[in-house]
Amino acid sequence: MERTPEQVLEEARALIADAKSEDDFESARIKYLGRNGEVTALLKSMGQIPAEERKEYGKVANAVKQEITELINGGKARALAESRAAKLMSERIDVSEPGTDIPFGALHPITQTIDEISRIFIGLGYSITEGPEADTVFHNFDALNAAPNHPSRDLSDTFYITEDTLLRTQTSPVQVRTLMSSEPPIKVISPGRCFRADTPDATHSPMFHQVEGLLVDEGVTMADLKGTLDAFAKRMFGSGVATKFRPHFFPFTEPSAEMDMSCFVCGGEGCRVCKGSGWIEILGCGMVHPNVLKVGGLDTERYTGFAFGMGVERIAMLKHGIDDIRLFYENDVRFIGQFA
Amino acid sequence: MLVPLSWLKEYVDIDVTVEEFAERMIMSGSNIETVKNFADGVSGLVIGQVVSAERIEGSDHLNVCMVDVGPERGAEHGDGGPLQIVCGADNVRQAGIKVIVSLPGAVLPGGYKIKKSKLFGTVSNGMICSAQELGFDEKSVPVDIREGIWVMPDDLEVGSDAVKAVGLDETVVDFEITPNRPDCLSIIGIAREAAAVFGKKLRYPDNSSVLNESAPDAGDASGFVDVVIEKPELCPRYVARVCTDIGIKPSPFWLQRRLMFAGMRPINNIVDITNYVMLEYGHPIHAFDIRTIEGSAIVVDTAADGEKFTTLDGKERELSADMLLIKDRAKPVAIAGVMGGLNSEIVQDTETIVVEAANFSADSIRLTSKKLGLRSEASSRFEKGVSAELSSGAADRVCALVAETSSGKVVGGAVDRYPGKKGMAKVDVRVKRMNDLLGTDIPAGDMVSMLQSLEMEAELNGDGSVITVTPPHVRVDLCEEIDFSEEIARLYGYNELDSTLHRDNAESQVPESWRLRSLARATLVGAGYTEIQTYSFVSPKGADRIALPGGAAGRDFVKLINPLGEENSVMRTTLLPNLLDILSGNNNRGNDAVRLFEVGNTFKASGNIGPDAELGLPAESVSLSMGFYGAGGFHDLKGAVGILFAKLGIGEVSYLPDEETGAWHPVRCAKMLVRGKGGSGIADADGGAGTLVTVGHIGEIHPDVAKEYGFDMPVFAAEIDFDALVSLSDMNREYTPLRRHPALTLDIALLADEGVSVADIERIAAANGGELLESVKLFDVYRGEQIEAGKKSLAFNLVYRADDRTLTDGDVAEVHAAILKKIADETGAALREA
Repeated sequence: MERTPEQVLEEARALIADAKSEDDFESARIKYLGRNGEVTALLKSMGQIPAEERKEYGKVANAVKQEITELINGGKARALAESRAAKLMSERIDVSEPGTDIPFGALHPITQTIDEISRIFIGLGYSITEGPEADTVFHNFDALNAAPNHPSRDLSDTFYITEDTLLRTQTSPVQVRTLMSSEPPIKVISPGRCFRADTPDATHSPMFHQVEGLLVDEGVTMADLKGTLDAFAKRMFGSGVATKFRPHFFPFTEPSAEMDMSCFVCGGEGCRVCKGSGWIEILGCGMVHPNVLKVGGLDTERYTGFAFGMGVERIAMLKHGIDDIRLFYENDVRFIGQFA
Repeated sequence: MLVPLSWLKEYVDIDVTVEEFAERMIMSGSNIETVKNFADGVSGLVIGQVVSAERIEGSDHLNVCMVDVGPERGAEHGDGGPLQIVCGADNVRQAGIKVIVSLPGAVLPGGYKIKKSKLFGTVSNGMICSAQELGFDEKSVPVDIREGIWVMPDDLEVGSDAVKAVGLDETVVDFEITPNRPDCLSIIGIAREAAAVFGKKLRYPDNSSVLNESAPDAGDASGFVDVVIEKPELCPRYVARVCTDIGIKPSPFWLQRRLMFAGMRPINNIVDITNYVMLEYGHPIHAFDIRTIEGSAIVVDTAADGEKFTTLDGKERELSADMLLIKDRAKPVAIAGVMGGLNSEIVQDTETIVVEAANFSADSIRLTSKKLGLRSEASSRFEKGVSAELSSGAADRVCALVAETSSGKVVGGAVDRYPGKKGMAKVDVRVKRMNDLLGTDIPAGDMVSMLQSLEMEAELNGDGSVITVTPPHVRVDLCEEIDFSEEIARLYGYNELDSTLHRDNAESQVPESWRLRSLARATLVGAGYTEIQTYSFVSPKGADRIALPGGAAGRDFVKLINPLGEENSVMRTTLLPNLLDILSGNNNRGNDAVRLFEVGNTFKASGNIGPDAELGLPAESVSLSMGFYGAGGFHDLKGAVGILFAKLGIGEVSYLPDEETGAWHPVRCAKMLVRGKGGSGIADADGGAGTLVTVGHIGEIHPDVAKEYGFDMPVFAAEIDFDALVSLSDMNREYTPLRRHPALTLDIALLADEGVSVADIERIAAANGGELLESVKLFDVYRGEQIEAGKKSLAFNLVYRADDRTLTDGDVAEVHAAILKKIADETGAALREA
């Protein structure tokens, strides 16, 4: 027997203290704890120790083994952690570099606006109905109580396909179709394209979109009309907006009104958006004219209703501060992309 | 309708501020576009008198003028004598005329500041003003001063404040008159509204005194002219009065100024008076020179077909038998209610006039005006509806003004033919019905007062439940009970009504097609495509530009009768031309790698098989287009289309090479087919449900077509029949148990002829793979030096799997070999030597 456990321990301590890398610790492990390691040898030599010393020797040798094991394991873990840390530090990236160009699309702002309006009315229990963009003079004018001489019927205002068919000038023909095909309670909105013979300029487009609504049931009042549209304005433009109703004229409603909303930009102080008035005209509405209800074969004494219609482009322009309606149909991706 | 407030105030007292007036008029239904005061922000204007005016030597239009502005103002800007002012107007060279001078420091409308300046080397102490510079629209400025300065009446005091002296401190309110209220196209009509809103009494013009004493000796109008109405259904009333001793001259300044404020150009006293009365009463007036009336009679009758007639504007017009004319015993003298004739117009030496205040059928006037393409102030009023009850008052008013302005003498009496006289119908208005509709509890008595304030006769019945109303004759819009609900509501105040939500059990429903369109849009946006919205009306040339063959369904255009132009003259049959147009526009603006899609309706003239077919409507269906230029190729587009189909619950899609239309690259185009749902009713021509349905095309745009749209790089596009997708969509998702045993994947590389398609190999593998083959997936295509020309290397993963065990090579050896053999037999493609 050449060396005592104490000697082995002392030498091991010194060696481990100098160890730095994972490899150093591994070689130390092999040197002391491996199959032919020195500590293993100490333990193997137990048989040669006199019996009376053997117990004590075993105790010491095992303590040495435990200490060296702990020293190596601890050191190894530290070395591993350090090398991992060093490796990570070498992997530094420039987080300010731009992200990878992943193609992304955008919904057209008209679609987004229609979706937003629709969501609000769906939330209020309205169903969505649609109709053809090419419709009959009957659905677009006659059934909507438009006088035979109403100027909107003129060739200068309405695109005609034949004498009896046209491109709808409003989505109201869908209301007529709904009245003719269903029974109250009728509670629908109809979003869609409309056409009027306007030469395009910053505020006119021969094609545009509307969302119209119709509620017909027993006991519907003009107060209900006001409450519904006030709720819509608040959900669309924020709970802070106020509404007011001005008398107006539409052939298919009586009484008829236009709804103004307090300016959502300036809160009514007057600004560029509301042209200084503090109010913005938002939509037309009214109580459905009995002559229109009659088209649907309804008992006008029993049923009343209200209808409203709004221009989608106008609302989108207001909401996003767009100053030229033609931008919607120019479809420059730099424009549409702003609403992604 | 421009209403000068000073004019309105002659008929109703307005004792509130202009702001309050405007607000309350608007809220009671008389909408206002603008309110303008001509003196707003204007200062430093003074009445001056031109002492001398001479052309500046060397200038072709500038005059140097000496203008007397009174000693006080003269001293402020000079030595107290006349000031030197340079003026470019020709009509300044009339020494002695009174003018409006804006002195240095003055401010004109629009904030334009006047400074002392030098023009053509000549000092100018301010400016002599034209009417336009004072804020008048050119169309309301008399012709003789339109190109020059505004010449003032002689009686204005030199040196006085011009705003006061000229009456520029006038507020003009522009009312927006809705088509149902032609009565409000008049000063008195607006006054009637104002009286009701502000609780005032309406005063009508009083013409009696002037009329009675004007020309007592001249006899009676019937001695001058007779009136015969041959077509009473087109002319319910005709009132003729006569004035003699007419002297044609400019109207008095107050009348001119009032017309100008109301937006109407002064011409001469007689024309001005007829216009003045038209604005005041809302009743068009015409005047004839009695010398031109042959046979001393006015005959109201229709024209002969093809008859020619020259109107006041000097144009010869061809008439038709349904047009109403004013004739004498020999010839036509006017197109009734539209425009007078050149042959009977008032001229400088006219001495005696016949004043016509007549009423014509709105429909007849509208038709005539439309046919002739001739609209006048008179015709547009008759079209909207003028009350026949106004005619005699309007004729009287003209005569009163003729006398008042010393324009002539009034002959007593009128020839008044009134075959169409009818009383206003009484309408019963139920108090409860009104309250039920408005959600109010307005007492019957209050309703009665409101209606009475609008000059209606309103009488409450015994039990207080019904009001019997007779509206004033001018209110052509009030015919049935419902019409009175708005009268009550607007006077009660719309904003006084409650604001409530109707209680119902309606349940929101969204059509499947709507839902799927939203899903498709969201999917494509997620796949990097941007949505566009393009015009539904297009140019028929689009079909040529995308090289559609003659007779193709895409040429079955729905044509518009009255398009804005050729480029918007037909309804789109396909979304492709618009897509290419918008891609092209983006490319021209330098936008790189643009990917677009559109979901929208297309139209075909024939083939409507829906319920609307019997209404004569075209076939309308929803299409989806998508496409791009820049980075990527056919398979990028196919990848995006694949995601779309997957999201929409479309089953397996086959892509078959297709050379159907000229829009596509001949060998880089496929039609997309989907197996129809059993019983869906969708099928192509050769089979029933369950057969393959063509849902669209995908491919590279033919380079010639791309070039037509300005591209010299490849453009890829697809167009899909969205209605078909809606029919084919199955949004039910049923769970398939996950296969837990590991798969065995074998990779193969096949050397195949170019003519062999991936789909062929996939099909053969699938057909011969038995239960073990789970999938076949292409992972590489190679063409190049390593292999012979005309061939390609296709590398596939063949994935085998069993549900009850982990497969070994031995398990699949047989089936794998069989697949390879079949592929080799059917396509000649063999395993590539490694």
